[in-house]
Amino acid sequence: MASFLLNRLIQSVILLALVSVIGFAVLHLAPGGPLSQFALIPGMTQEQLAHIAHEMGLDRPLPLQYWEWVSRLVTGDWGHSYRDNQPVLAIISGRLPATFELMLTAIALAVLLGVTVGVLGAVRRGSIFDSLATVGAMVALSIPTFWFGLIVIYIFAVKLGWLPAGSRSTVGDGSFSDYFRHLIAPAVVLALVEVAIWSRYMRGAMLDVISQDFIRTARAKGLSEKSVMLRHAFRNALLPMIELAGLELPTLLGGALVTETVFTWPGMGRLFLDSLGYRDYPVVMGILMVSAVLVLIGSLFADILSAAADPRIRL
Amino acid sequence: MNDDRHTTCTASAGGPSRRRLLALGASAGALAWLGPQAGWMAQALAATPPAKPTGQVVIGLSQEPTVFHPLLVHIEVDEAVYFNLFSALWRVDPKGNFVPDLVSEIPTVENGGFSADGLHWRIKLKPGVKWHDGTPFTAEDVKYNIELIQNPKFLAGRKAGHELVRDITVVSPTELTWRMDKPYAPYPAILSWTFFVPKHIFEKEADPNKPAFVNKPVGTGPFTWVERIPGDHITLAAYPAYHGGGPYLERLVIKYVPDLTVLYTQFQTGDIDYIGLQGITPDHYEEAKALADRVVTPVPQAFIENIGLNLGKPVFKDLAVREALYWAMDKKSIIEQIYYGLPTPTESYLPMQSWAYNPDLPKQSYDPEKAKKILDDAGWKPGSDGIREKNGVRLEFTNSTTAGNHVREQAQQLLQQNWAEIGAKMTISNLPPAVMWGDYWMMSKFDSAMVGIDFMVGPDPDATDFFASKSIGAKGGGGQNTCQYESPEVDACLAEGASTVDQAKRKAAYLKMQQLTRQDLPYLPIFQYAMVQGVKSKLQGFAPDVSVQENCYNANTWYWA
Repeated sequence: MASFLLNRLIQSVILLALVSVIGFAVLHLAPGGPLSQFALIPGMTQEQLAHIAHEMGLDRPLPLQYWEWVSRLVTGDWGHSYRDNQPVLAIISGRLPATFELMLTAIALAVLLGVTVGVLGAVRRGSIFDSLATVGAMVALSIPTFWFGLIVIYIFAVKLGWLPAGSRSTVGDGSFSDYFRHLIAPAVVLALVEVAIWSRYMRGAMLDVISQDFIRTARAKGLSEKSVMLRHAFRNALLPMIELAGLELPTLLGGALVTETVFTWPGMGRLFLDSLGYRDYPVVMGILMVSAVLVLIGSLFADILSAAADPRIRL
Repeated sequence: MNDDRHTTCTASAGGPSRRRLLALGASAGALAWLGPQAGWMAQALAATPPAKPTGQVVIGLSQEPTVFHPLLVHIEVDEAVYFNLFSALWRVDPKGNFVPDLVSEIPTVENGGFSADGLHWRIKLKPGVKWHDGTPFTAEDVKYNIELIQNPKFLAGRKAGHELVRDITVVSPTELTWRMDKPYAPYPAILSWTFFVPKHIFEKEADPNKPAFVNKPVGTGPFTWVERIPGDHITLAAYPAYHGGGPYLERLVIKYVPDLTVLYTQFQTGDIDYIGLQGITPDHYEEAKALADRVVTPVPQAFIENIGLNLGKPVFKDLAVREALYWAMDKKSIIEQIYYGLPTPTESYLPMQSWAYNPDLPKQSYDPEKAKKILDDAGWKPGSDGIREKNGVRLEFTNSTTAGNHVREQAQQLLQQNWAEIGAKMTISNLPPAVMWGDYWMMSKFDSAMVGIDFMVGPDPDATDFFASKSIGAKGGGGQNTCQYESPEVDACLAEGASTVDQAKRKAAYLKMQQLTRQDLPYLPIFQYAMVQGVKSKLQGFAPDVSVQENCYNANTWYWA
């Protein structure tokens, strides 16, 4: 176990270094830059633009810029945003609560519904329920989130007036019920796709397990069908779901780009889009590094959990 | 170019020198500033503002204000916050008049505010003005701010004008004098956009470019800072000790909604009380007009939509090409079919509301036959594929704008057809904003561009930055003359307009300048923008104004009826 962790740690550091180099290079070599947001300001001169570039450190050679960025990064100084000059770490951690709130709710909804639908679909394979669930999942996966979000807003906020049209809370309210009302629509819209994904994976995993020998053995032992499905098939089918959960962790924190935009949700997804639009290099790099770390942690957890749940896996 | 014309502007101006730099409307100014009670605008008469600040207004903006130091480099959306948090010496009302803000009177030659040559200034401040933290605002603050802008290490948003100020002398806490290195007529207009930060706080800042101040800005404006939730909103609260009219609202919330459709939806549901900046998209205009309890009106803006032609490219060097392209442009269809008839066609780079606007410029009409004749006469002959050429140069170019702007893309397609008819081949090549407005634009790497520009310096018609030959970035100049337009006559007009203190002479210079740009066509003007502003009908007190880029500039006079 210890040597496994040490190995993973070394691998992770190498991977993070690679991600940072590639990310930095791609971002800086892409055409355009943070200065363009100032270009159309009345009265802006080349001289001033050069001054801004100098303040941002953009006038130095790229490898030097990278080196400076990395050496500050390891000391915990992730730089400051070009837009509002706030520390990158503070910006990212400031967005996490909103993202957590939305994503955890959506994932919880998705896992509960998705796993249930998936299991039922597999158990009653070929039934009307299964066909409906399959079609439903395909539809849910193919509906553009942006459009679906707008439709939800149109029906429930504009026409019926039951739910707010967006935002995380009413300014100046901040009560639990206010937060809750704001959460419903975006969480449901976001969960829709996730339900579809989880139900498809779950159904597939169940079907795999059901066709295996030990299920036939369990049935042959004379166990009830309920017991076979729940105690034997379901528990084994959950194993690949742990892997899926591990892979979903980064998306959980990365935020939902589209849903957050439609519902004006001030989370990580919006931060990423805004920062990318302005070429706010320090923030984009910060998000990239946080996401990379999360991917690594997610897959590490998935491995450890799988090992704990499945005695056949040895770390 | 234009060697056959005289490079002077003064000939047609004539008239006696009135020597009144700030004269326009100064006498009416004090009255206008008193707010709704004094009739700031007609609709305010319908109701009276509350005795103490009441209620909240949510302003919806499609961009996020992020720079809270008003003197630092910033973008237009940041000014939505400045107008409400900070004060300037004076401001400009919707009619273009200067009205006092921090000064007790608008300086004029008559009241000794400045010398007849415009070089010596005397500024008198209102007594008793306090910063939001209770510290008195004094002449020392004004001095500190101008000196901060002059500091070469400081990333000032605008240095023009301020650079000319010398010998700032504080006479008393409410009075100061300075000398200008040379007369600079747009300076009063620039000062109307120069918001002051407190000296007593900035003195303790280590780096004026990265001050801790921005986390809790302190101003002298009608609202105080409460909080900012990044990516979401900014909350301001009424400042009861405000030195001007109002504020009548208890709270002002500036909410950031990045998607315009979503922004409109939140206006529909009532979450947003006022839509500013880009406003309601034209395709929602008809629907929005029918909304109950909302006032939805197009309001003119200073932005002019143009096709910028890069005169550094061989194909655009010939005036005949520029003229022909202009005649072949079906403006009417662009405005009516693509922009829902909202904007107004124009021939000038100035908005019609400017005091320097020239209404007598030749009118363009859609006339492809005339365009063809101009090209024929100039020797542009159709090649085997129908594209014209002359001396080996094909009448072929790209047109670029911000990718993803669907409305502009439609206009581009229409122009593409218009110009194909006369044998000109335009290829659409759109780029993401960070690329488009980077070196591609600033260093004149484009062929032609579709761009909306506010050419003015605040409310002032000076456009040196866009038209002077010294402002070409690609030729080492400092400025935004990205079309690389070089005209000694225009240079003379700009110099005259910026240096004379005589209002009539200034106007004559800018009238002539508009004739010249209309004639030479470095930009093909299409229309003056109108923003569809949406507001709840019970909200009183605001007035559209082309001289500001934010219509929440006077939120201190807003109140709920």
